[in-house]
Amino acid sequence: MKVAPKLEKTQAVDYYSQMLLIRRFEEASARLYMQGKIKGFLHLYIGEEAIAVGSISTLSEQDYVITHYRDHGHALARGMDPKVIMAELFGKATGSSGGKGGSMHLFDASRNFMGGYAIVGGQLPIAVGLALAAKYRREDRTVLCFFGDGAVNEGEFHESMNLASVWQLPVIFMLENNLYGMGSYVERTHAGGKDIYHVADAYKIPAAQVDGMDVLAVREATEEALKRVRTGSGPVFIEAMTYRFRGHSMADPVAYRESSELDQWRKEDPIEKFKVVALREEFVTDDELQGIEAGVQATVEAAIRFAEESPEPELDTLHDNVYA
Amino acid sequence: MPEMTMREAIARSLREGLDGDSRVFLMGEDVGAYDGAYAVTRGFLADYGPERIRDTPIAESVLVGSAVGAAMAGLKPIVEIMTINFSLLAMDQIVNNAAKLRYMSNGQFSVPIVIRTVTGGGGQLGATHSQSFEGWFASVPGLKVAVPSTPYDALGLLRSALKDDNPIIYAEHAMLYGMRGEVPDEWYEVPFGQAAIRRPGSDVTIVAYSGTVRIALEAAETMASSKGREAEVIDMRTLRPLDLDTVIESVKKTNRAVVVEEAWSVGGFGAEIASAIQAQAFDHLDGPVARVGSLDVPVPYAQNLEAAVLPSSQRVVQAIEDTFGL
Repeated sequence: MKVAPKLEKTQAVDYYSQMLLIRRFEEASARLYMQGKIKGFLHLYIGEEAIAVGSISTLSEQDYVITHYRDHGHALARGMDPKVIMAELFGKATGSSGGKGGSMHLFDASRNFMGGYAIVGGQLPIAVGLALAAKYRREDRTVLCFFGDGAVNEGEFHESMNLASVWQLPVIFMLENNLYGMGSYVERTHAGGKDIYHVADAYKIPAAQVDGMDVLAVREATEEALKRVRTGSGPVFIEAMTYRFRGHSMADPVAYRESSELDQWRKEDPIEKFKVVALREEFVTDDELQGIEAGVQATVEAAIRFAEESPEPELDTLHDNVYA
Repeated sequence: MPEMTMREAIARSLREGLDGDSRVFLMGEDVGAYDGAYAVTRGFLADYGPERIRDTPIAESVLVGSAVGAAMAGLKPIVEIMTINFSLLAMDQIVNNAAKLRYMSNGQFSVPIVIRTVTGGGGQLGATHSQSFEGWFASVPGLKVAVPSTPYDALGLLRSALKDDNPIIYAEHAMLYGMRGEVPDEWYEVPFGQAAIRRPGSDVTIVAYSGTVRIALEAAETMASSKGREAEVIDMRTLRPLDLDTVIESVKKTNRAVVVEEAWSVGGFGAEIASAIQAQAFDHLDGPVARVGSLDVPVPYAQNLEAAVLPSSQRVVQAIEDTFGL
């Protein structure tokens, strides 16, 4: 892992803390799911944390973030309160959507976090529209749109890439290639093979592939993309190579891949890798790491306590917000 | 009172929207340089320019989805889906996103878009271009559905739609664009959820909307001239919200009802209206609620076959005779 020359201590601490928060938040979510306190679908981001943290950290407040159903990591990296996320996972009134959205549908308008979308590829056209609005109003805003390798075979992906390029819209298409669309290996489902970024050539969108397990590499690629997008020259495509350490969802027994493959990828654990760099470069000390761990644990425990103690939604809210 | 066509009435409202609000823009396949597939937006590109009159690729999903995104960001897009048959390619964006984002975000986001589209058969366009899906959309909470049958309503409902912060399906019947009707110069709006009694009567209530209003009125003429019976014709104007009060009031007076729609009767929206009549006016009914819709086959091309499939005034009169002996 290279170290970008501009990295400062506060940033290093920040990235490490955020990745660790996502990891511990989701480990806790998985336990709570097994206990029956979280229901429905729960898709964990564990293993992919460097992508959300590395890319979202480069954005300004006015930029938009939009993503798929594996959205806890993006929401946390965008600064959403872990308490309201956990309460939403519990289906409580204090959740980010008052218990009406659930794990796959987190939103925070105050942070321009435009949501998690649970139909594969469905967020891509919306990302194009957010960018269209920015361009229409001549605002300096970029849309950072996350999607997975499974979405690349959807028609909505191709429609969105095409229109964003035709209209030269400010979108960063951030592909999180974790090699599996649910249980299907990417080479069995995508004609172009596992290096998907070549698909952007067809739409004349500049594209790069980056190590998605390296938070600094993701940050650097996103910064480069932002520079281009902000000049008004249209979208950029980034493919971040990654791996999810857990199943597609909590319901997934992961029968379709070898455990040796997981073992290999665990050596690339983005948090462990960054920890080594941060220690080596003396951005943090062991004591500070312990302090961060303790702080993150306390945050997660407070979030769980908040969710546990919060009331269920009132039945009379059922019909609220169907219409404006 | 001045007259204009349905096409002119819709165009007038679109221009009002564009003139009055810089957040409003039009998007669709061939709405600009081509002047619109049904010529509704003729001259718009020259008057408003390519930023506000946007020709899109033939890609319905991103067409609607990008409008949803722009609306979430505070704009007011008007989308044209060339025909309602093509809306099937945008179903994910309409049903999963436009209709649900406000609810799923608990009011953090709204989706104020108007989706104009063209519905109905009768032009010998064959099975894939002659369908009526407005009822499908009307079953989805979060959407509103307008089905105008006159130039007056076309203008008035679109004015209301442009003031609404919800996603709206605005279905224009392909066979009605050239229809002329009175439209006052003075400002008016037609609110959603308010049906209109097109012809008063005491013997039977005919419930219709969009293209079937004309059929219902023809049937009422026939009932009057050949049988001396007076049919009351109700135009629903919007399917969601649905003004059942006007329908129930009428049925309490006539004690008989027939629901006419152009969609297939099987699973059609008319069943919803018939069910509501039976639930809310059961004691007032002299017989079952009759229904007339398209026959249970794809819409064929040949002129005589197509005419046999689509509802007609003869079939409405026949249904009234078969059901009520009138």
